[in-house]
Amino acid sequence: MARHTLSVLVEDVPGVLTRVASLFARRAFNINSLAVGPTEVAGMSRITVVVEAEGDLLEQVTKQLNKLINVIKIVELTTEQSVQRDHVLIKVRADAATRLQVTQAADLFRASVVDVAIDSLIIEATGTAEKLAALLSVLEPFGIREIVQSGTLAIGRGAKSMSDRALRSA
Amino acid sequence: MSKGSPISPALLAARPAPPAAPARESAPVAPASSVRGPNRVVAPTEMLGSAAIVRSLEELGVDDVFGLPGGAILPTYDPLLASTKLRHILVRHEQGAGHAAQGYAMVTGRPGVCIATSGPGATNLVTAIADAHMDSVPMVAITGQVSSAFIGSDAFQEADIVGITMPITKHSYLVTNAQDIPRVLAEAFHIATTGRPGPVLVDIAKDAQQSSMTFSWPPRIDIPGYRPVLRGHAKQVREAARLISGSQRPVFYVGGGVVKGHASQELRELAELVGAPVVTTLMARGVFPDSHQQHVGMPGMHGSVSAVTALQQADLLITLGARFDDRVTGVLASFAPHAKVIHADIDPAEISKNRAADVPIVGSVKEIIPELTAAVRESFAAQERPDISAWWRTIDHLRETYPVGFTRPDDGLSAPQQVIKRIGELTGPEGVFVSGVGQHQMWAAQFIQYERPHAWLNSGGLGTMGYSVPAAMGAKVGNPDRVVWAIDGDGCFQMTNQELATCVINNIPIKVAVINNSSLGMVRQWQTLFYEGRYSNTDLNTGHDTVRVPDFVKLADAYGCVGLRCERDEDIDATIEQALAINDRPVVIDFVVSRDSMVWPMVPSGVSNDLIQIARNMTPTWEQED
Repeated sequence: MARHTLSVLVEDVPGVLTRVASLFARRAFNINSLAVGPTEVAGMSRITVVVEAEGDLLEQVTKQLNKLINVIKIVELTTEQSVQRDHVLIKVRADAATRLQVTQAADLFRASVVDVAIDSLIIEATGTAEKLAALLSVLEPFGIREIVQSGTLAIGRGAKSMSDRALRSA
Repeated sequence: MSKGSPISPALLAARPAPPAAPARESAPVAPASSVRGPNRVVAPTEMLGSAAIVRSLEELGVDDVFGLPGGAILPTYDPLLASTKLRHILVRHEQGAGHAAQGYAMVTGRPGVCIATSGPGATNLVTAIADAHMDSVPMVAITGQVSSAFIGSDAFQEADIVGITMPITKHSYLVTNAQDIPRVLAEAFHIATTGRPGPVLVDIAKDAQQSSMTFSWPPRIDIPGYRPVLRGHAKQVREAARLISGSQRPVFYVGGGVVKGHASQELRELAELVGAPVVTTLMARGVFPDSHQQHVGMPGMHGSVSAVTALQQADLLITLGARFDDRVTGVLASFAPHAKVIHADIDPAEISKNRAADVPIVGSVKEIIPELTAAVRESFAAQERPDISAWWRTIDHLRETYPVGFTRPDDGLSAPQQVIKRIGELTGPEGVFVSGVGQHQMWAAQFIQYERPHAWLNSGGLGTMGYSVPAAMGAKVGNPDRVVWAIDGDGCFQMTNQELATCVINNIPIKVAVINNSSLGMVRQWQTLFYEGRYSNTDLNTGHDTVRVPDFVKLADAYGCVGLRCERDEDIDATIEQALAINDRPVVIDFVVSRDSMVWPMVPSGVSNDLIQIARNMTPTWEQED
């Protein structure tokens, strides 16, 4: 099954996330990641959702999503035509003996150290899902204590804006 | 405030059937504003939220509402008492209010309104809301909610009805600020009635009803995510015309969307121009006259051989406002295997959902059909029309060889089909027929001749037993001058007959024909056919030679209705005539019929429509002429 990234522009009203999420649940879609936040337009939020689905089924769910009154626009963003980033915070074991190796590894991935304790570091990194996976595998031998990761954020390349187009057609 | 035809009910019953009215069906004119109703201007006025609810409904042009009060909606019932424009009909169970609102909407084309309190009042509406969602019925359900400070605290009679109904509403609102009431109600009515119609829930917290607000009308509504497409894409319409011009075996597959879109006259023009067979689905019965030579029946699990076969052997399906429901298609992979598909529907999500469309046309059939007619006319003028006479010979042969019929039962009791057929014939096509769900529903779809849209109501998608009596009540309120029959089963009737009290008290003289076979007949039929006659829990003990619990005649009497019983063939006509002559109160007829009558034809579940049976283990002999 192919992985698809959908950007869903929605009205910022209570319950909208439930409405969107339950449509995926009804058709037993597995949501790989979900990110919600405000946009440049007041009263509008943007949901970025990454799902694994067959094309036909995805088209049906997209149409069903479009039927939701609070959904304004949906676009699928391909990896070629969009910038896609995940954000991760990693708590990794690091004492006096290993601390330097861990910070060097973080440097290689242009990740930054945002907290230091006697026996651990917190590393903050941003990148594609693949880059973050690579970072994790490098840090793995030191002992990863905790990870928290955002949903994927995605934005189309070029000057065009999703909300611009949505509001013009509206 | 005329809502139905101006003909008196007594005349309707007695008169011979008038010819199918050729008059163009009047569709609700799209208002310039998105706000429904006359759009009277109301200058800002201070009032309570509860008064704003009532006033908004009045300004939206609502005449009749069905409901039942309780704690969380109590504030609204106070100004409701004072309203001279709104007629509130107090039901005996909220499900009845929901189905009544559906029945009202189905016959008038206007949104039905039901009101209930929070918690159990709201959850009792759920079945009707789900039903309206499946059958695309415009309906607005207003529920009280506990005060906003208590929401989420498991307060008395609290239920998250917005959450519960999310998958079965077109949209829903939770209102906690009184100032939002006029806008939300105007949006709810707009959403319920436009595009693909459906139910909208408005849940209003008690404190919003009790606080002050400034009412003005019309409110400004802005729904950026809701822009239904009405006009079909011109290129697709031309492509559809091209396919029609090249088709040797075309069929019009007509669904409930043509009824909802008020496009029966437009359909007739197109169908007569193309000259192709027309099948009308369970939801579309009457939108194309049964008496029309081109009408070849209802398709689907209990469809006629001619209609089912027309679809199976077609090379082109001209699909209008239908959705390839599994009861129509049978096993999807073997449905209409040689056909290309034109699919016109107002809901883009229906296109290619079940069957891939070769020519998808998103829009209102009211707009698409006339454009398609013009395009076909142009196309026919430009080239030789296809010869479909061989196709008609095939269909006519099937129609003559396998008409929908029934056999007399062996047990000496009346045939239920005969009872239903006579109700249709003696009432005539100006009547309204509202069925429950089961065998009697299929027989009412098969054996009553429908000549006009909005004359046949049933729960098609959800299959809600108990729909009939309350929906007939709502239909009678919407069409007070028409004869309205609830054609019900003994099982269905026992689910919602409490609304007979509502009918008696409010002078809503419906007629109820209980087709009493003393069992859950459709389930029993499946047990006969597929479970070796092991009748697990389908005996209801209401019929012939049973303890008769309940006795439907006594029950009718207890409610203040006229109760009649008919147990012999020779009494059928006289009993129906007697019922038709009574117009001052509801009539309930206990038609005691055979329990062994079955619905035929039938495509057994899980097989191809090619395996349609005309009677048990009897399949038609296929003589294909082409």
